[in-house]
Amino acid sequence: MKKRFSITIMFSLFLVGSISAQTEKGDVLIKNGTLITVTNGTQETTDILIRDGKISGIGKDLSAPSGVQTIDATGKFVMPGIIDAHSHIALDAVNEATSPVTAEVWTGDALNPMDVGIYRALAGGVTISHAMHGSANAIGGQNATIKHRWGTVKMDDIRMEGAPRTIKFALGENPTRVHGEGSGLVPRTRMGVEQVIRRSFSEAKEYMEARDEHEQNKKKRNYKGTEPTYDIRKEVVADILRGDIIVHSHSYRADEILMLMNVFKDYGVEKLVFQHANEAFKVAPEIAEFGAMASVFADWWAYKFEVYYSTAYNAAILVQNGVTTSINSDSGELIRHLYHEAAKTQKYGELTDEQALELITLNPAKQLGIDDRVGSLEVGKDGDVVIFNNHPLSIYAVPQMTFVDGVKYFDIKEDEDDVRTYVNPAEEVDVMNKMTEHEKCMTNTEWLFLNE
Amino acid sequence: MKKTIYTIILAVIGLSTMNAQSPKGEYGAFALTNATVHTITNGTLENATVLIRDGKIEEVGTISNFGTDVTVIDCSGKHIFPGMIDSGTRLGLSEVGSVSLTQDFSEVGDIIPHMEALTAINPNSSLIPVTRVSGVTTTLSVPSGGLFPGTAALVNLHGYTPKQMHTGFSAPVMNFPASGKRGWWDRRSDEEIKKAVEKSFKQLDDVWEKVAQYHRIDSSRAAGSNSVELGYYPEMQALLPVFRKEVPLLIEVDKAKDIKKAIEWVQKQDIDVIFTGVSEGFRVADELAKANIPVIVGPTLSTPSQDYDRYDRPYANPGILQKAGVKVAIRTMETENVRNLPYNAGFAAAYGMSEEEALKAITIIPAQLFNVADELGSLEKGKQATLFVSTGHPFETSTDVEHVFIGGWQIPMSSRHIELYEEFLERSPGLKN
Repeated sequence: MKKRFSITIMFSLFLVGSISAQTEKGDVLIKNGTLITVTNGTQETTDILIRDGKISGIGKDLSAPSGVQTIDATGKFVMPGIIDAHSHIALDAVNEATSPVTAEVWTGDALNPMDVGIYRALAGGVTISHAMHGSANAIGGQNATIKHRWGTVKMDDIRMEGAPRTIKFALGENPTRVHGEGSGLVPRTRMGVEQVIRRSFSEAKEYMEARDEHEQNKKKRNYKGTEPTYDIRKEVVADILRGDIIVHSHSYRADEILMLMNVFKDYGVEKLVFQHANEAFKVAPEIAEFGAMASVFADWWAYKFEVYYSTAYNAAILVQNGVTTSINSDSGELIRHLYHEAAKTQKYGELTDEQALELITLNPAKQLGIDDRVGSLEVGKDGDVVIFNNHPLSIYAVPQMTFVDGVKYFDIKEDEDDVRTYVNPAEEVDVMNKMTEHEKCMTNTEWLFLNE
Repeated sequence: MKKTIYTIILAVIGLSTMNAQSPKGEYGAFALTNATVHTITNGTLENATVLIRDGKIEEVGTISNFGTDVTVIDCSGKHIFPGMIDSGTRLGLSEVGSVSLTQDFSEVGDIIPHMEALTAINPNSSLIPVTRVSGVTTTLSVPSGGLFPGTAALVNLHGYTPKQMHTGFSAPVMNFPASGKRGWWDRRSDEEIKKAVEKSFKQLDDVWEKVAQYHRIDSSRAAGSNSVELGYYPEMQALLPVFRKEVPLLIEVDKAKDIKKAIEWVQKQDIDVIFTGVSEGFRVADELAKANIPVIVGPTLSTPSQDYDRYDRPYANPGILQKAGVKVAIRTMETENVRNLPYNAGFAAAYGMSEEEALKAITIIPAQLFNVADELGSLEKGKQATLFVSTGHPFETSTDVEHVFIGGWQIPMSSRHIELYEEFLERSPGLKN
C-alpha cells in the first residue's frame, strides 16, 4: 500500500513536472541598468542576459544573441523578483476550518490562476508568492509556492515546479477562537494549542514507526502481521517529523514561539519559520539559537490583542540578532508594494539598503527553501527580474517591467484598463471592494463570526 | 545624523526611567536654527530659523537675536515642516482592532449626528505617541455607521483631555446612500439593496425637512418669539451648524454613480460639503471640479475598487482629481498606522501628483477645509507652533523625524514602539546572562 502511495506521488510529481516543463521560458538582454544583485553588491551600468528562462550572464557590454530582445535600462534599477513568503492571492479556498488538525489538505488543490491579484502583485515587482493555508487550525493545510505566470487559465502553470513542501501551523487567538470558542473543541487556550500539536506529532510518530516496522517485518519469513491502516493526515505529519516539509507557523506572542520551538526540539524537527511573529523580537536570541526564521509585517500592530504589545522595529531587532527575516504581505494590498514595506525598516531600525532588500528577496527564498533558484541576480538562477525607475527603497520607486523565467508579464507601458483573464458572468459590476482586511489568514471562517 | 535621534531617545528613556513614568512634553521658547524651512505657503527658506514662543511661531526667517530664555536647537542639515494633518482616521476611538470593548467609533442608530467623536477620544491611547513621533500631529477622528453616524473632531495629538486636544473643528458625517453591494461580504439581494437605498433617501429628505423646520423655530425663538416650543432634539441641534453653513458636512461617498448623485443632492441644498473617500473620483473628476466640491481621498494605499480597474488607480486618484481642479486632501482612514500618512501622500506623488501638491494635501489643504488655516497647515508667523524637524522629506522612509512640536509643546520622542526597540535590540539577560 505504501509503495502504491509512493508510486502515486511519484507519478503525480512526474505529471506536475512534465506540465510545468511546458511553461514559457524567455530570453532577454537588459542593458546598462544598476544591478542590485543582493548576493554580490550593486553593480552600476551592467547588463544581464537571460536565456531560456535562466540568468546566463551578468557583466559589461554583453551582446544579444540573435533573436533575443534587448531592453535599455539606462538610469533604471534592476533587481531580483520580489518574493512574498506569506500570501493568499490566487486561492479559491484558504481555510479548512473543520478540525484543529487538517494536515492532509493542500492549497495547491485550490489555485486560481485567473485572480487579478497576481497581475497586481507583478505590477509591484513580485514574481513568487507563498499561497498559504489559513490560520484557523493548529496544524493547518499544506501550502503552495507559486510563480506569477499571469495570463494562463491552467492552475498547473503557476506552480513553482520543484519547490519544497511547506505546511501552515497556527498558534494563539485564531485557532483558539475558531475551535475553542467557535465549536467547543480543544484548543481554547495556548495550553491546548501545545497539546494538539504534541498529540498529533506523537500519533504520527507511532504511526510512522508501526508502518516502518511492518515494512521491515514483511521481509521476514512467516510474518503474519497486517499492515497498519493508511492515514493520509498522519502521513503528512510524519513527513514533517522526517524533515521533508518546512513548517510555517502563524504566531504572535513570545511565549507561543518558545513553546513551538520546545515541541520541535522534543521531536527533532528543525525546519521552522515563524509567520507574523509580532513578538519574535522579544525572543530573538532563542529563535537565532534554534535556527528558526521569521517572516513579519513591516508595521502592522494593534489590530487584535495579541499584537498590541508589538513594535515596528521587530524586523530590525531580528536581523541584528542574526535571525533570517523576511517582510511579507498576507494581503492583496501590501503585496503590491513590498519594496515600500521593506523600506520602512530604514525608518524603524536603520537597516542598510542591502539588509532591507534581502528581506523581500533572498531571505523569503531561504524560508521557502528555494534560495538555490531565486532571490538574487546570479548566473544560473531563474530569470525572475524586476526593473524599477528609481531605487526600490525610495517612495518614488515604480516598477516598470516584471519578468518571470525571462518572460515579461508586466510592462507599465502596456498596462491596460481591464486585464482580467476571466470574467464571472454572474459577477455584479457594482460591488465595491472596500473592506480593508487585516490577516487574510481568517478567510473562509467568516461563517463562525457572522454575528460579530 | 541618525545617531542624534538615538542619543535623544536614550536621553529621554534615561529620564523616564529616573522618573519611573512616561516623559512629559516641554513648554517654552525654542529657536530651531540653520534649517531648511518648508513653509508650504511661502516657499522654502534655506538656513532659516523658526522661533517658538507661547505656543506660537513668533518668527520665521533670518533671526540673529533670541531672548536668553530661548532653548536653541541647531537644525543644520535638517528640515522643518508643518505638522502633518490626517483628514480621516479612527485614532483615539479604537485601541485594539478586534476587541469591541475598546472600540467607540460606531454607535447604535441610523441618524445620530449628535454622537460626538470628541467625547470618546482617549487622550492616553498608546496609539497617539506612536503616531505623533512620525510628524503626524493632527487628526480628524471620524465616527462610522449609518446615515448620520456622528460628528467628527479634529484634534492635536497632545493633551490630557479631549478639550486640550481639540482644534475647535468638529463637523457631522453623512454616509451617502450607496447603491449596489458594499463588498463581497454584503449578502443582501438586489431587491433588498434597492429598498435600503430608497429608504435611506427618504430618511435623508425627512431629516433635511426637519432640520429646516428646527432652524426656523430656533431662529424665531432667538428673535424673541416663544410661540412654538423647541423640544429636546439633539440630532437636529447637531445638524444645525451645517444648515447654517457654519461647518461643512462630511459626505462619505465612493462609487462614481453615487458621487454624481451626491453632487445633485448637494446642489439642491445651500450648504458647504466635503466629499470623503471618493475612491472612484478619477471617473468623475471634471464633474467634481465643476461642482467646486473639495474632497478628502484615501487611503491611497488600497486596492482598486473594481477588479477591472487599473492596478494604480488608488495611487493615481489624488493626482487626477487635483489636476482636474479639485481641492484634494489625503487621509489614511487608519487607526494604529496613521503614521503612514506621509507614505499615502508619497504614493500619490510617485503616481502623478507633484511632491508639492501631495504635501499640501496633508498640511495646508486640510487646514483650510477644517477652518483652522489661521492656526495650522503651514509655517507662518503667528500660527500655532505645530511642526516637526526631520533629516529629509517625510515621504521617504529613510527620513528620521527628530523633534516634534505641537502647540508649542516639545513632544517626547518616545512611544511603545521605540521603547520596545530600546529594550529588546540587545536584550538583557540575553541567551545566557
